Amino acid sequence: MDFFMVNPRHFKISDIALINDGCEQTNGVFEKLIYLIKKCVLHALSIGPIPIHVAFIMDGNRRYAKKNNLVEGSGYKAGFFSLISMLNLCYELGVRYVTIFAFSIDNFKRCPEETRFLMDLMKEKIESLIMDENNESINIANRFGMRVHFVGDLKLLDKPLRLAAKRIMEATVNNSRVVLSICVAYNSTLEILHSLEECCEEKCDEIRVLDESGSGYGLIKIRRDYLKEYDDSMCLINLEDVERNMYMAIAPCPNILIRTSGENRLSNFLLWQSTFCYLYSPFVLWPDFGFWHFVWAILNYQRSCFYLDKKRKQL
Amino acid sequence: MGNVGLQLLWYFLHILLSIWHSILAIRCFIESCFITCGVLEKYKSLNIAKLRYLAIVIESEDAHQTSKVVKLLQWLDSIGVKNVCLYDMNGVLKKSKEAIFGKLKNAKPIEEVNEAVTLHVPEHMTLEFVSYADGKEAMVKAANFIFVENLKRQNFGGEIDGQVISEPLLNEALKVVGCKGPEPDLLLVYGPVRSHLGFPAWRIRYTEIVHMGSLNFLRYGSLIKAIYDFTKVHQNYGT
Repeated sequence: MDFFMVNPRHFKISDIALINDGCEQTNGVFEKLIYLIKKCVLHALSIGPIPIHVAFIMDGNRRYAKKNNLVEGSGYKAGFFSLISMLNLCYELGVRYVTIFAFSIDNFKRCPEETRFLMDLMKEKIESLIMDENNESINIANRFGMRVHFVGDLKLLDKPLRLAAKRIMEATVNNSRVVLSICVAYNSTLEILHSLEECCEEKCDEIRVLDESGSGYGLIKIRRDYLKEYDDSMCLINLEDVERNMYMAIAPCPNILIRTSGENRLSNFLLWQSTFCYLYSPFVLWPDFGFWHFVWAILNYQRSCFYLDKKRKQL
Repeated sequence: MGNVGLQLLWYFLHILLSIWHSILAIRCFIESCFITCGVLEKYKSLNIAKLRYLAIVIESEDAHQTSKVVKLLQWLDSIGVKNVCLYDMNGVLKKSKEAIFGKLKNAKPIEEVNEAVTLHVPEHMTLEFVSYADGKEAMVKAANFIFVENLKRQNFGGEIDGQVISEPLLNEALKVVGCKGPEPDLLLVYGPVRSHLGFPAWRIRYTEIVHMGSLNFLRYGSLIKAIYDFTKVHQNYGT
């Protein structure tokens, strides 16, 4: 796949200038030279270790709109082009899993108009991934071989968005080249609580089955063993159970988590999964995050990954 | 030939990155010296009240340097930061607890502090020692505790129902299994890489995570700068 194959016009360019490096085919000699340099740099990067899973907190869309005196909402639209640009680059580099923090549970506290705008924008952009504006089914997601997952409490979303999410998940279920996890109505607190509830429910089901078999290894055994006060040996649920029931069990732990705009916190995103993850917080705003910022992030990752791999193996 | 060219380009890019990191390190060193000497006015007064609980992640190999850890804690005490959680993955700091308490005049372990840690009168430091076992493994223990308590409530009999687990319930369960500390406001990472290395995930939802470099290059000025920058942060909490 050509590095610059995606024509952003399929995604309804807004009236602001497209600023993402390399998402548009150009004809000038200088532009062709830049194109070749970028291609060489990308190939050179591949010589070093490449992260299997990259996570993004796409921060700075509102600040971008304010900084550029744009109408409210334009920052998010510009941010979407950055996202497509990054998906391109991750694909070219051989990254297998990409996770983005699209909408937090905390973001529901924003004013209803902004929340409504974001929900509508997400629905529009999800549908554009599988259909272009002329209703020709070019199915960008399938051309990337990209499987799309929505991660979070989808019951909190409005019905049109929920249905759009379900459609794209079904349309891309057979793809395996890249997995894109879109975290929406998500936070780690919710994910952990949900996982623990699922574990407890699974154990209840196991106990019911054992009791029905009359073998005495269900509640009878637990009653015998655990009538005393709780102690550390009571291990009905184990770590594998908890990790299997996490929303993000569909992907390995991220190798690098990029949060733009220079903020130093994780804001309840992938807390459980980021144990040995390189946390990278460039000052650039998300809509301005382009090719060279991404290259710099990967170079920093390559500098750090041997240490993190060593720590992971110590466990 | 093409591959050799690409390899040279890769090395060139990494040399550029190393030069950049060296420039940053020199800048940090000079800034730290200015801060320590009191040249930079703005760092002279810190709004410490905003920093209620501080966590420090230390690379386990460096954590053996107890004297450096004690020096860091003494600096924090002098600045007015009294509630500190010390974390290293392998539990080296836990084993050095006695040595650390021996060298600090007015520090108590969190287990001996009865009231909510962040509310106590700051006559002494409160220290908490945490390792990887207090993260995911503690969460699993809490899950088992909740599950067994649920069964007990249903008297181990009849049709057993699943459990709806709320945040307060999980917090109580974590306290029972020994995880008492609150969420830190700021987490300083003393190691080669910016990563929390398994600090209990439940506790760092909105924690500012700052990379300080290796413990071998511990500097007072850098510590002041990190705390000062933290006091200037404004969080939206999603709004």
